[in-house]
Amino acid sequence: MSDHFPMLLADASSAAGRFDWLMLSLLLVTGAMAVLLAGLIIFFSIRYRKGSAADRTNPPSGARGLEAAWTIFPLLMFLGIFTWAAFDYAQLYRAPDDALPVFVVAKQWMWKVQHPNGRREIDELHVPLGEAVKLVMTSQDVIHSFFVPAFRVKQDVVPGRYTSLWFKATKLGTYHLFCAEYCGTDHAGMRGRVIVMPPDEYARWLQQGNTESGIAAQGFALFRKYGCSGCHSAGSSVHAPDLTGLLGRTVHLQDGRSLIADENYVRDSILLPKKDVVAGYAPVMPSFAGQVSEEDILALIEYLRQTGADHDDRQRP
Amino acid sequence: MNTEAMQIAEQFDSAAQQREAATFGMWIFLATELMFFGPLFFGYLYGRTHFGEAFGAASRHTDIALGTINTTVLLTSSAAIASAAAARRLGATRLAMRLLFVTAALGTLFLVLKGIEYRHEWQEHLVPGLRFSFAPQYTDGAEIFFFLYFVLTGLHAVHLCAGIVLTLFFALHLRRENLLFANEEKIEIAALYWHFVDVVWIFLYPMLYLIERAGG
Amino acid sequence: MTIASDPEQNRANVPRTDEPVASSGSENYFSRDFSLKSWLTTHDHKRIALLYMASIIAFFFIGGAAATVIRLELATPQGDLVTADTYNKLFTAHGVIMVWMFLIPSIPSVLGNFLMPMMIGARDLAFPRLNLASWYVYMTGGIFTLLALVLGGVDTGWTFYTPFSTMFSNSNVILVMVGVFIVGISSIMTGLNFIVTVHTMRAPGMTWFRLPLFVWANYATSIILVLATPVLAMTLVLVGLERLLHVGIFDPALGGDPLLFQHLFWFYSHPAVYIMVLPAMGVVSEIIPCFARKRVFGYRFMAYAILGIAIIGFLVWGHHMFVSGQSVYAGMVFSLLSFLVAVPSAIKVFNWTATLYKGSITFTAPMLYALGFVGLFTIGGLTGLFLASLALDVHLTDTYFVVAHFHYIMVGGAVMAYLGGIHFWWPKITGRLYPEIWGRVAAVLIFCGFNLTFFPQYLLGYEGMPRRYHSYPPEFQVLNILSSAGASILAIGYLLPMFYLAWSLFYGKRAGANPWQATGLEWQTPSPPPKDNFDTTPVVTEEPYAYTPQITSGLVQ
Repeated sequence: MSDHFPMLLADASSAAGRFDWLMLSLLLVTGAMAVLLAGLIIFFSIRYRKGSAADRTNPPSGARGLEAAWTIFPLLMFLGIFTWAAFDYAQLYRAPDDALPVFVVAKQWMWKVQHPNGRREIDELHVPLGEAVKLVMTSQDVIHSFFVPAFRVKQDVVPGRYTSLWFKATKLGTYHLFCAEYCGTDHAGMRGRVIVMPPDEYARWLQQGNTESGIAAQGFALFRKYGCSGCHSAGSSVHAPDLTGLLGRTVHLQDGRSLIADENYVRDSILLPKKDVVAGYAPVMPSFAGQVSEEDILALIEYLRQTGADHDDRQRP
Repeated sequence: MNTEAMQIAEQFDSAAQQREAATFGMWIFLATELMFFGPLFFGYLYGRTHFGEAFGAASRHTDIALGTINTTVLLTSSAAIASAAAARRLGATRLAMRLLFVTAALGTLFLVLKGIEYRHEWQEHLVPGLRFSFAPQYTDGAEIFFFLYFVLTGLHAVHLCAGIVLTLFFALHLRRENLLFANEEKIEIAALYWHFVDVVWIFLYPMLYLIERAGG
Repeated sequence: MTIASDPEQNRANVPRTDEPVASSGSENYFSRDFSLKSWLTTHDHKRIALLYMASIIAFFFIGGAAATVIRLELATPQGDLVTADTYNKLFTAHGVIMVWMFLIPSIPSVLGNFLMPMMIGARDLAFPRLNLASWYVYMTGGIFTLLALVLGGVDTGWTFYTPFSTMFSNSNVILVMVGVFIVGISSIMTGLNFIVTVHTMRAPGMTWFRLPLFVWANYATSIILVLATPVLAMTLVLVGLERLLHVGIFDPALGGDPLLFQHLFWFYSHPAVYIMVLPAMGVVSEIIPCFARKRVFGYRFMAYAILGIAIIGFLVWGHHMFVSGQSVYAGMVFSLLSFLVAVPSAIKVFNWTATLYKGSITFTAPMLYALGFVGLFTIGGLTGLFLASLALDVHLTDTYFVVAHFHYIMVGGAVMAYLGGIHFWWPKITGRLYPEIWGRVAAVLIFCGFNLTFFPQYLLGYEGMPRRYHSYPPEFQVLNILSSAGASILAIGYLLPMFYLAWSLFYGKRAGANPWQATGLEWQTPSPPPKDNFDTTPVVTEEPYAYTPQITSGLVQ
């Protein structure tokens, strides 16, 4: 839409187009209602101003049918809008399985971004055109919010848990990134840029910069450094759950509950190991709270995700 | 039947209207108190759902003996103040006065026993924020439990203090034979407040003392 | 068809007491005792209303001063007028003062206190001493709040989100929360008083469905006040405990949950906005029938709509949390309920419009404010639909779109209704008429200034400008300048009444008992009323708003 109206906000993601249609539709509907009401008020004010020669016989002070009509009609309209918006919202929370993961750690007052291959950036996010990107985000301190107006996406970034946001960029260019949840002194300065590049350029860009090993490889190194492998590897004498392919697996807990292991579960297990103990295991795992950073945890998670992928690859005939 | 003249405040048209307004006012006030305690009850519900085992383990560390005695004390005090209101209604003002003093005394006994409990809990390092320590696998949940325990019982104790002051206030007025002031209507309303404090405790007692006690 | 030769005969069936009441020497609630002590120890609901009026005016201008600096800063993209920390303290002060010290008490504690007993035919509220105490408690809370500001300010925003407020802010968080807690107690006292009064002190014949809608509105508001405010009180206590004792309730680093705070906070703060708007709707429902000379359209529906808004308003708080990390399903439930709460609001707007139909309309200052309310509340309410729409809210939340939305309702709505009410009942309260021309000028200035200030903010929000931003990218400047320009007009509009209303106290034409020929028991008393309002308790025999517009066509004026 911003192609036709250049002054409007750019719509640079697959979600933005749908958003603008919904916005425009609602604008037309509410605009019509507003114009109608304003028009009626002005019309009545003029026609029935004191001293005018209008017919004032039998002025009504109620009309059940009218009340019913203007209750039901708006209600139906509202339900329609609700449904459309709820549907689009559900899409916003269903990232495609093949979305490219990018990891974001927010802190006062900057965005720390890391791509799966290890390439890091600060206050900038390079993404390829036309590919779904899923951001896995957490905060080191207070609540922030990752907001890219051109993509029409926003998600609070909360300390103590992971939240995620996905988009597929549909236009090349550079777009604003704002922090949208007040986070202290330099909240207004916690801005950045999202840079959408053609896929091949993105692939090239990814290889440049600091050539750290990929996040999963970093995670493997940390897995050994922090001693996780001491208990969780196959040859260990300590009875600890096997973590291969953990992500996405159903885990049965000691108190009878079961859950699907996701990023938040892994994070909690590292920091609050007593919280969700696996059935059949003693709660002897120590907590790593205070020792392991948010970036480290993300790397460990990626390593575990990798073990699942490797395992699946080996299983495939 | 109490046939004394009533003091009717000037905004009211009749004694009946005044009484209706005063009683209704106390009920509304109690509704606000319920909403004030509400978030804490909600927090307890949340904790019990998410830290079930830890809450159970923590609950076993409350002093069930003192808690049960206290429950009996408070229920008896409610009976006492209800009787005081009835006595006042029937014109037995000296009896009403004594019953009000008994109510206050029982309330004070409750506070003393609670204080002893608190002291024990402090000695056992069960006060969050003050060198709290608990079995490692339950620490987080237990700390939340005890946080709620202290805030809920502490808030309850503050309300009980207010009730004791109120009760003594009317008891002393009865002692000085200020019958017009310490009238039936006011004592009924004070009793209503006291019953509310009691009802809150009736919920707190099982929540804080009785879970996961069965079977030892 | 009869032709009335005298249009005066077509006025409402009210006693013809519009001759000036002998004022000098006769006792009314105001003139009976001028000593300070009599004012500070009064039990008279009318005097207490004036005590509140003085206080809220003061707080309004303090909150407005903060807004002035904010708009001056935002005229340029860089943060060049004040430091970032100062800016953050300014918008916090603006929000805290305007919400708790001005908007929430404004209509209930000033107009409600003054009028409710009279409207139901009572001599006073059920608990006059509680009423006076509520003002003292309010002032105490206000002083704590001001102290927090003077001693260096608070920088958490009026919403106090955790863990920033509990573990990161270095400002006077506890002090301001004590202030808000105390003010909350005051509002609970007022709400309790109103509920008991309406239930137990209505005059004979004043059945529930003969009550003026102003009474209904304040009654529903009072229910919200007594049920929601205690939850805020407890939430503030928990924040204070976490901040002081470092117990983990809301801070995840200590095992707490930041979203728990948001749920608890918004459980109060959403109903709070209905505390602010329902009384305003009540005022408008008194003014429009009077100046359209016509019964309010759909009285029963209006009453039920008020109750509906109050009840459903308790169920929608999660719409402030659509992108917070709350579950998608919870989001859907809250969104649906938020659409539902819009229905009774829409019903009210339609009914006000229909009231004008076949009326006989005059455009006095109160009427201009009331019509302005209907227009601006409609726009604000319609933009609420955008925010209730889940997918749209993802983009619009935390931007200036939200800021525009709530200012349309709270300022374009509630403040205009408050001013309309002040002008409408000014003759009753003071015994004087304000200068009508100036009243109209101020109303129009406020309407225009308001729209110029806040409409551009909708556009800013859609374009992506986040809220609480001290500085911003240059492309947002044009809209910001428009907004700041509008704010200067708005400021003049708000200052004008201060001058001409004060002037009218000394030089205004004296008002009779019923200068507007309005229905309602409050207009049956002299202006200003005596201390006990009525010599004898009135007996009500007719429906409210018994206005009769001209029954002839071709009426010659």
